[in-house]
Amino acid sequence: MKRVGVFVCHCGTNIAASVDCAQVAQNAQNFPGVAYATDYKYMCSEPGQELIKKAIKEHKLDRIVVASCSPRMHEPTFRRCIEGAGLNGYMLEMANIREHCSWVHPDDKERATQKSTELARMAVAKVLNNTPLEKSQIPVTKRALVIGGGIAGIQAAIDIANAGHKVDIVEKEPSIGGKMAQIDKTFPTLDCSACILTPKMVEAANHPNITLITYSEVEKVEGYVGNFDVTIRKKARSVDMNKCTGCGLCSEKCPSRVPSEFEMGMTTRKSIYTPFPQAIPNKPVIDRENCRYFKLGKCKVCERVCPAGAIDYTQEDELVTERYGAIVVATGFDLFDYSVYGEYGYGKYPDVITGLHFERLINASGPTMGKIKRPSDGKEPKNVVFIKCVGSRDEAKGKAYCSKTCCMYTAKHATLVREKIKDSNVYVFYMDVRTPGKGYEEFYTRTTDQYGAIYIRGRVSKIYQKGEKLIVKGADTLLGKQVEVEADMVVLATAMVAQPDAAKLAQMIGISYDQDNFYTEAHPKLAPVETHTAGVYLAGACQGPKDIPESVAQASGAAAKVCALLSKDEMATEPIISQVNEAICAGCGMCIPICPYKALELKTIQERVQGKTIERKVASVNSGLCQGCGACTVACRSSALNLKHFTNEQILAEVDALCL
Amino acid sequence: METVELTSALAGSQQSLAELNQESGVRASKCYQCGKCTAGCPVAFAMDKTPREIMRLVQLGLIDEALQSHTIWLCAGCVTCSTRCPREVDIARVMETLRIMARRKGIVAEKKIDLFHSIFLKSVERFGRVYELGLVLQNNLQGLQPFKDVDLGPAMLLKGKIALLPHSIKDNGEVKKIFANVRKRGGKV
Amino acid sequence: MKYAYYPGCSLSSTGIEYDLSTRAVAKALGIDLWEIPEWNCCGSSSAHLTDHLLALALPARNMAIAEAEGLDVVIPCAACYVRSKAVEVEVKESPEMQKTISEVIEREYTGKAKARALLDVFANDLDLNNVSALVNKPLQDLKVACYYGCLLVRPTKLGFDDAEDPQSMDKLMQALGGTPVQWSFKTECCGASRSLDKTQVGLTMIERILSAAKEAGADCIATACPLCMSNLDMRQGQAGAKSGQTYNLPVFYFTELMGLALGLNPQELGVNKHFVDTSAVVKKVVEGKGRRETA
Repeated sequence: MKRVGVFVCHCGTNIAASVDCAQVAQNAQNFPGVAYATDYKYMCSEPGQELIKKAIKEHKLDRIVVASCSPRMHEPTFRRCIEGAGLNGYMLEMANIREHCSWVHPDDKERATQKSTELARMAVAKVLNNTPLEKSQIPVTKRALVIGGGIAGIQAAIDIANAGHKVDIVEKEPSIGGKMAQIDKTFPTLDCSACILTPKMVEAANHPNITLITYSEVEKVEGYVGNFDVTIRKKARSVDMNKCTGCGLCSEKCPSRVPSEFEMGMTTRKSIYTPFPQAIPNKPVIDRENCRYFKLGKCKVCERVCPAGAIDYTQEDELVTERYGAIVVATGFDLFDYSVYGEYGYGKYPDVITGLHFERLINASGPTMGKIKRPSDGKEPKNVVFIKCVGSRDEAKGKAYCSKTCCMYTAKHATLVREKIKDSNVYVFYMDVRTPGKGYEEFYTRTTDQYGAIYIRGRVSKIYQKGEKLIVKGADTLLGKQVEVEADMVVLATAMVAQPDAAKLAQMIGISYDQDNFYTEAHPKLAPVETHTAGVYLAGACQGPKDIPESVAQASGAAAKVCALLSKDEMATEPIISQVNEAICAGCGMCIPICPYKALELKTIQERVQGKTIERKVASVNSGLCQGCGACTVACRSSALNLKHFTNEQILAEVDALCL
Repeated sequence: METVELTSALAGSQQSLAELNQESGVRASKCYQCGKCTAGCPVAFAMDKTPREIMRLVQLGLIDEALQSHTIWLCAGCVTCSTRCPREVDIARVMETLRIMARRKGIVAEKKIDLFHSIFLKSVERFGRVYELGLVLQNNLQGLQPFKDVDLGPAMLLKGKIALLPHSIKDNGEVKKIFANVRKRGGKV
Repeated sequence: MKYAYYPGCSLSSTGIEYDLSTRAVAKALGIDLWEIPEWNCCGSSSAHLTDHLLALALPARNMAIAEAEGLDVVIPCAACYVRSKAVEVEVKESPEMQKTISEVIEREYTGKAKARALLDVFANDLDLNNVSALVNKPLQDLKVACYYGCLLVRPTKLGFDDAEDPQSMDKLMQALGGTPVQWSFKTECCGASRSLDKTQVGLTMIERILSAAKEAGADCIATACPLCMSNLDMRQGQAGAKSGQTYNLPVFYFTELMGLALGLNPQELGVNKHFVDTSAVVKKVVEGKGRRETA
């Protein structure tokens, strides 16, 4: 005898303000199969759950419907609750009368109540067709992949490695280090960036559990949580890593110079190069697009001078496929291309630069050995103007969001100019000054108070060249006037944006991204390092603009999630998987190519037909691989495939309940 | 400088604000007061209120102060402000709508500027085209500056750059009808 | 190529050189201009600042007449252009507005006839290589400060070239053998009618442009609007008196320079009607050495 219990939640006023919950419960009492129905203010709370457990015992209920929020919120809660009362967790259905009803129909209580009643009716019809299900187990590969070797990737890898698991870091540049390697000093302490980064780089390089795969990119990701099969393209360095000693003679003698990406194009590098002095691995790569041998068939100087015979022009890209239990995506950010601003010169003025250009200028190993010089004529600037929010908070030409870090690094830059150039005048054009971190407000106050940077509240409308100077036309909204500065150098704080290939990578891995191509976390408040794809985690600026402390914290958070996953030898999988009715299955094999997880195959069975034993092929589901997407059940021509917990009968029962 | 009582300002100007919003199609709440409009305005140096301040007055419901400003008359309609605004607020449109509203209410801070446009349109209605000599002469006379630009007059005449007599178009009164039709629909022209 | 031609009020008086040179150049290039019969004033800024509906209706009448002939309209004056373009776009985007306008002007206008700025047509519809081929008095690397003004490029929805660094006139000047100068005041407002109704304000705005052109090393300024021309040419003396500077910077309509380069008679272009003496530049071009190989 099937006895359904229906529990309607008020969810405070979230549901109750738009839906008459008591009425819905009352209506539910008349549904076929319902033995008990009630409503309560917070069903997910302890007393709420106790209510359900008590009702199960008192009214001998064997299956439950909870009409409340989305199952994404509390399905696990209520499953555990009814298990606590002795029922199988899958004898539960949830009717979403919040996200699907009260939150979208706040203005019509009568009709919202009617709709909630119908949703509950459908859930009751379905639960009457539910059967108890048991979870199964799949093995977990105890190995993690970190995509991106910047500070977030490095930190995540170190934490996972220290927990005793093997980690691979895949990095597309020839060296790990990321953007932090390009930064000079970090706010608010003005710690030298390389000094705090390189120890971590070395730790990652030397860690027995960590393997660095540099100058490489992820090409394909297959599989699923616990068992990701990732194909990595190891680009040809043209240098034998086993023979190379990192002596640097090849770079020294190479005759081919190209603009250096690391130095933001302000100086050159060779075609065989390591990106920066503290690179790890400190072994060069050949930039085949510019190398004279690869372009023109000439030169070969590096091969001639290399004392270790490590140059190998015949090297080819190598494709390797490895299996990992978890993936951490830590691919970082790029900077907004401000050359879309015609009013700032379309990128043509040499002395209008970005914050990252400025970092290279003040860095002692940068193109000017740490002296702040104008790119145009090498002279020391006296009047330096900083402009914030270039490309940020600008839906007309840039991004609508705030890039979070610019207020602090601009204050940092302003401080450094005042410190390095004693008679300088520093003007910062701003709309707001955002200093949310620890010690940040103090840092900003010091910039204006002690270091005498002048902050002007207002945007800049135009920058133009007048002889050697740059005329900056802005506004001081606090003064209520148009203002002008004759600047020697202008530094633009450009927006932090997603990497140009962010969308492509996300599609490859199978994770969500937003309209700005930043990767979407599972929940903005409570799950900032997870994605909606089980086994894939996020760390650092690829998830959204953030500074170094936040990136490091997120990285450790992601590492903790990975460790939780890898701490088990096996993990439970949902029993919501396909099953084959072998009696109906014709063995056509149509379902096999449909399955994205390669969970179906044909197997041979024996049957007795009309007195004879025959053999025939039928489909077979690998319960470990099947993720319950249901695609095969749709493709199956004979309806032999059915998805457990979402069988054709269960779904049609819901439809009938609604329509008949 | 007196204190501004904000709640009464907003409450009392709901109708004017609705009128402004309807006619200009601009939502003043979009403006985040960054000042880029002021920064690039070529006439700001001569204005009593900067373009950003005009937007601020509208946001706070202090619309009368905006209508009384010289700014809305001095605006040259170059549209630099709207073109560069990061929130895509059409400030230029707000300026011209405020001008139309001010004129309707009889609040004209720059009478000579209003005068010029009135004479211009009267000429258009009468002749179908602008009779430039008439425009300049009337503008000077009514503006009480009879000898303004008098140094340029003879040169213009000698070079054949100004017609002595107006040219009326043979349009069967179509232009006059246009003016009449606009007036029938409530236009104050 | 045939277009309806809308000269606008200024071109028969203060902007007469623009009309003369446009017609002469069009003829030389084989472009047929059909002047809209009994065209009316477009209302310019005055209508625009008095009543929105009037401001759309006045140019709509001219556009309707051209549409009936099946022609797009080429418009020399920047203000007439932007007003006509405004009604074209408005009518295309809003069937309601199309109906209202048709009722007010008592003619049909659907937006099919497009408003085209003269500079747009000459710089972009023609193959500049063909234009170069017709040049027999190249401009001798004349340093031209191309001044576009406001209304050809703003608002961006109605403009035909970039609002910060437009290139159409620059390209055209180059094709004629001139050297367009790099300068940052291409689209800075000249003050428009401020020079008439608040002269001191207008003169400050005029001064800025003249100084910038001079600083950029220009031999002359080229413009595409009769009011800009009037401000920069007719009032150059007044601006100079105010700032204490003499600019000696002749100002041309871009069509006058086209006419000179095509070897047309300078008098027929109107170059003798300017306030700032043009004879030095004209002489340089007219007496200059023959054809140059232009890219």
